[in-house]
Amino acid sequence: MEKQTIEQLEGTASQVRRDCLRMVHAVQSGHPGASLGCTEFFVALYFNQLNHDPNFKMEGKGEDLFFLSNGHISPVWYSVLSRSGYFSPEEMNTFRKLNSRLQGHPATEEGLPGIRIASGSLGQGMSVAIGAAQAKKIDGDDSTVFVLMGDGEQEEGQVWEAAMYAAHWKVDNLIATIDLNRQQIDGPTAEIMDLIDLRAKYESFGWEVIDTLQGNDMKSVVEGLEKAKSLSRKGKPVMNLLHTEMGFGVDFMVGTHKWHGIAPNDEQLADALGQLPETIGDF
Amino acid sequence: MEKTLDLKFNYTEKKDTRSGFGDGFLEAGRRNPNVVGLCADLIGSLKMGAFQKEFPERFFQTGIAEANMMGIAAGMTINGKIPFTGTFANFSTGRVYDQIRQSIAYSGKNVKICASHAGLTLGEDGATHQILEDVGMMKMLPHMTVINPCDYNQTKAATIAIAEYDGPVYLRFGRPSWPIFTDPAQKFEIGKAWKMIEGTDVTIFATGHLVWEAVVAEAILRSEGISAEVINIHTIKPLDEEAILDSVAKTGCAVSAEEHQYNGGLGDSVAQTLARNNPAPMEYVGVNDSFGESGTPTQLLDKYGLDAANIVAAAKKVLARK
Repeated sequence: MEKQTIEQLEGTASQVRRDCLRMVHAVQSGHPGASLGCTEFFVALYFNQLNHDPNFKMEGKGEDLFFLSNGHISPVWYSVLSRSGYFSPEEMNTFRKLNSRLQGHPATEEGLPGIRIASGSLGQGMSVAIGAAQAKKIDGDDSTVFVLMGDGEQEEGQVWEAAMYAAHWKVDNLIATIDLNRQQIDGPTAEIMDLIDLRAKYESFGWEVIDTLQGNDMKSVVEGLEKAKSLSRKGKPVMNLLHTEMGFGVDFMVGTHKWHGIAPNDEQLADALGQLPETIGDF
Repeated sequence: MEKTLDLKFNYTEKKDTRSGFGDGFLEAGRRNPNVVGLCADLIGSLKMGAFQKEFPERFFQTGIAEANMMGIAAGMTINGKIPFTGTFANFSTGRVYDQIRQSIAYSGKNVKICASHAGLTLGEDGATHQILEDVGMMKMLPHMTVINPCDYNQTKAATIAIAEYDGPVYLRFGRPSWPIFTDPAQKFEIGKAWKMIEGTDVTIFATGHLVWEAVVAEAILRSEGISAEVINIHTIKPLDEEAILDSVAKTGCAVSAEEHQYNGGLGDSVAQTLARNNPAPMEYVGVNDSFGESGTPTQLLDKYGLDAANIVAAAKKVLARK
C-alpha cells in the first residue's frame, strides 16, 4: 500500500470522521467522542505507518500488528479498516445491527477482517499485544506490534501487570499508545481517578516514554510514531503518550466527556457533517 | 478397605496428577515446536520445570499476575503458538474469568489453561485455594473444552492430546498422590467417555480423582450383590451424551461423582442430559453448596461426603428410587 502524504492523510481523516458520525447516528448508539479524538492516530497508522496487508490473515506473519484495547472506539477502527481495503465501506451500514460483523465492540466471532482479538472489557489489550510481540520474537519476525489504550483504562490493574512484564521481558518490538484525552464516562480523569503523571509511572516501570503533544495534528502524530519506532528494538517497550481532544473536528463535541457514548441526532449530525468535507465518498 | 476388595482395576504406584501434566507437557513440547509455556510463579507446583529447562526460549515466567498471563497467552496464539498456562485452579478460573471469557473463549484462541490443586484434595491450604466451582465457570463458556482426568497416566495422555486439538481447553488436575490405575499407553480421545466397568443396576458417572473412588465403590456394591457400571467422564464438555444415555437406558438410574460443587459440575451436565432425553432417578456425590477447609485429602473426602462409601450410599439410595 502506498504511504499517504500528510495532506492526503488529512483528507482521509475528514472522511473517517464522517464515517464515525454516520455509523453512530444510524443506530443511535456507539462512542463518537474518542473515535473523533483518535482519528489522526488511526489514519496515520493505517495509511502511513503500518506494514500491513488488507488481504487479511489472522497470523499476520511478516506484518506489523495493531490491537485496540479500548474497544468502544470501534467506529474509527472500522472506518480505517474498510477505507484501507479490509472490507467494503458499504458494510459500515451494518454497524451495531443484528447479523453484522461490525459488533458494538470489536470481535473475531463473526470473522471481520482486520480484527485479531475481541476487546471492550478494558485492560486486556496490552497483554495480548505483548504476547503477539513475543511470539514474533520467537519466530525471528522483525515486525512491530502496536496497541492503543484509553487513559481511563489505565485504572485497570491488568495494565500494570502488563507494563511490568513488558519491561522485564524486554519486549522492545512493542509500541503502546495511550489516548490521553483526560476524559472518561463519568467525567474528567482528574476528578474520577487522577492519573497524575503517566510518563513518570511508565518510566519507573522501565519503559521508554515519548509525548505526542499535538495528537490531533497529523504531522505531529506521524512524527510521534516515527520517533516511537526509532526508539524501539533498544531493549525497552515504547510508550507514546498521545495528547488528544475528545470529539476533535466537531465544534460542539470537542473537549468534553459528554459525547463519550452519545449519538448525535439528525440536526446535530447535519451540523457536524457540515464541518467535515466528504473527501472519499460516504458509504 | 481396598485391600480386601476384588477390584476391577488395581495399582502398584501412586503419583500426583500434576506430575502427569508436567511429563505430558514436556512430551508435547518435544513433539511440537509451537508449544510454549507460561507460569505465574508456580513452576515447581505445576511441574513445569522440565519443560522450562529443555525449552527456555519457549517458556515465560509471568510473575504473580494471572490476568496478564491469560492475555499474553491469547496474543501468542495469533501467529500459531500453542500456549499452556500454569497456575492453581482457583487462579486459573475465578481470578481471571473475564480475561478468559473475552480474550480466549470469545476470541476463539488456542490456549490450554492448565489448572492444578483443584478441589478439596489440595488439603491443608484450606478453602481459599480449594476451588470447587471451576468446572461450572469453564463449561458455561462457549467454545471451551473442559477436561478432568483421573490419574497420572490419563493426565499425561490428556495433556499430549490437547496440544493436538485446536481450540481453548481447561485441563483440571490436582496435588495429592493418587493411585495410578489406567494404561500408560492409553490413547486419550477428547469428548469420548470411557466405560471402565460394565454393570446393569446403576451407572456411576465419575470424573477426576473420584473415578478411583468409583472403582472402589463398584467392588463394594458387587460384594453386596449390586451390579454397577462405572463410566469415566474425563471430558465434561463436550459431554459424551450418547454414552450417558446408552448406559442409563440399561441401568435406569445414575450417580454422579466429582470433586466439585453440585451446582455447575459434572452432575448438572449428566442431569441435564437425562432430563432432556430420558428422565431417570439420579443422585449427586459432590460438595453441596459449601466451602472446604484445612485437613488431609482423605479426611476432607470423608467429611464432605466424596469417598467410595458415599458413592455406595448414593447408589443404594438411587436404586431405591427406581
